Amino acid sequence: MTSAENYAVWTSELTKQFGGQTAVNKINLAVPKGSVFGFLGPNGSGKTTTIRMLLGLADATDGEIELLGNKMPKQAEQALPRVGALVEGPAFYPYLSGKVNLRRLDSASKNADPKTREQRIDRALAKVGLTNAANKKVHKYSLGMKQRLGIANALLQERDLLVLDEPTNGLDPQGTREVRNLIRSLSSDGTTILVSSHLLSEIEQLCSHVAVMSAGKIVAQGSLAELQAQNQTYLKVVTPDAEKTLKALTDAGMKPKQETKHGLEIFTSEVEHGFDGDEVLRKLLKAKIKIKSFAVEQASLEDRFVDLTGEGFDVVQ
Amino acid sequence: MSSSNRLGMSLVWSELWVLFRRWRTLAMLGAIALIPVFLALAVYWSSDTLAPGEGPPFLDRVSQNGLFVGYTSTILALPLFLPLTIGVVAGDTIAGEANQGTLRYLLISPAGRIRLLITKFIGAIAFVIAGTATLMIAGAIIGSILFPVGPVTLISGDVISVAESVWRMALVASYTTVSMLGLVAIGMFISTLTVVPVGAMAATVVLSGVSQILDNIPQLELIHEFLFTHYWLGFVDLLRQPIDYASFGSNALLQLAYVVIFGALAYSRFASKDILS
Repeated sequence: MTSAENYAVWTSELTKQFGGQTAVNKINLAVPKGSVFGFLGPNGSGKTTTIRMLLGLADATDGEIELLGNKMPKQAEQALPRVGALVEGPAFYPYLSGKVNLRRLDSASKNADPKTREQRIDRALAKVGLTNAANKKVHKYSLGMKQRLGIANALLQERDLLVLDEPTNGLDPQGTREVRNLIRSLSSDGTTILVSSHLLSEIEQLCSHVAVMSAGKIVAQGSLAELQAQNQTYLKVVTPDAEKTLKALTDAGMKPKQETKHGLEIFTSEVEHGFDGDEVLRKLLKAKIKIKSFAVEQASLEDRFVDLTGEGFDVVQ
Repeated sequence: MSSSNRLGMSLVWSELWVLFRRWRTLAMLGAIALIPVFLALAVYWSSDTLAPGEGPPFLDRVSQNGLFVGYTSTILALPLFLPLTIGVVAGDTIAGEANQGTLRYLLISPAGRIRLLITKFIGAIAFVIAGTATLMIAGAIIGSILFPVGPVTLISGDVISVAESVWRMALVASYTTVSMLGLVAIGMFISTLTVVPVGAMAATVVLSGVSQILDNIPQLELIHEFLFTHYWLGFVDLLRQPIDYASFGSNALLQLAYVVIFGALAYSRFASKDILS
């Protein structure tokens, strides 16, 4: 068993059953301190249930949780003030303004100093760009504005850990980019960030570490680099000369897949990780093959994700 | 950190603020205020004078002394309207937050489950106090506008001064407030069972009706004194000279028992509940 002290979130054999159904199945989650940790998985894979257990909203059926070194849910009073969270979408009192909503949620925390409350609220609203809408009733907010207000709520105090469940849900491209920048800047201040998302490009751009959940289990976990290293590398050649290319590639010992697009042939072939394309390229040029494009590429996180979690809509039984 | 915050008073103020800023709360208090207004107007405009003892208790005296409007309104509001509004507030306590999703954010904050439950109980009691006070104050105002105000003749035949009568009004309002504590606790317990506030509200109001029906079935006399509605109309004893505090005491004890039992049930349910909304 790993020592939990280097981790902001650490679980051991964490399990949750609802009736006969196992929503979370013996997971060992380890979120290193200071990391931006991408928590991936298709809808229904158990991510949100896991997050609910981490935050003490739901009881684990079995297993252990340590949150910032505190046992959950026993030491929730010590751990939770240091945690900001956005869980399964923002939720507010629709008949109150954004500012009054934050005041309400801040006053719920015994650790929040009432003297600095207004100041902290204004700062959090400014961070998410809601200063001008602060006094507007929340029922008049757009989905994106509610999402920002939810993030502002998570930022009301200095936090050691932020848990952001689908933080860019409902945001437009500008908003998404701002949230990404916000996460980066918070992370550079030393805050550990656990961000769950199904937007893989998002995770790929942001995260240092990743865990992938599927049907209640963690099927992959580690640093992004480690995970990407396991991805298949491909050689991709686009050319008008189908026959000559096929021959050259086969001679080089490859078994390329071929498809035709816009009158050009696209050859893709699996190659070793760290493959050097120079030699093949030289051979192709020597054979006077016209080349439109030549690249050694790594499968995207999305390909890896689908590999791990299955294809199509019925991935969870 | 200020000491008031250490006691968690911030959350209590916030709860009261949120509760009494809500249109629904204000509308219910407004509707409660309309009971004495309608009552007084109906008596004022009706040409027939009631014979002594006719109609609900004290109704015959309203036209002679405006101070009776509050008492009579309390009698009219007790069986249904007051429990209805209290059912709405108590049933909404936990289920309303759960339904809105704000419950998870309050708990993550962290509010602490016991602290939140106690805060919600305080908020609901504040509404009960506001409701009974509204009945009395609106009654006194409309009564003094439409009818003469003077020394009050009690059921016992004794006459008390206006000042003494105002004191009795406060006593009746406190009696009624205490009467509703059991209902508040029941409503809060039901509220921990569901995420549908309307269901919790309806169930609470229905229970208050059922209890009153049982209280009116003579064959069930054995259980009558254990029904939380049993002493509701007992405030009349506060309008005797000397004041008979016996029903106040029995009522307080009974309500306390309900608060303890249903408070414990609400706690045991809420403390271990998975918040999945």
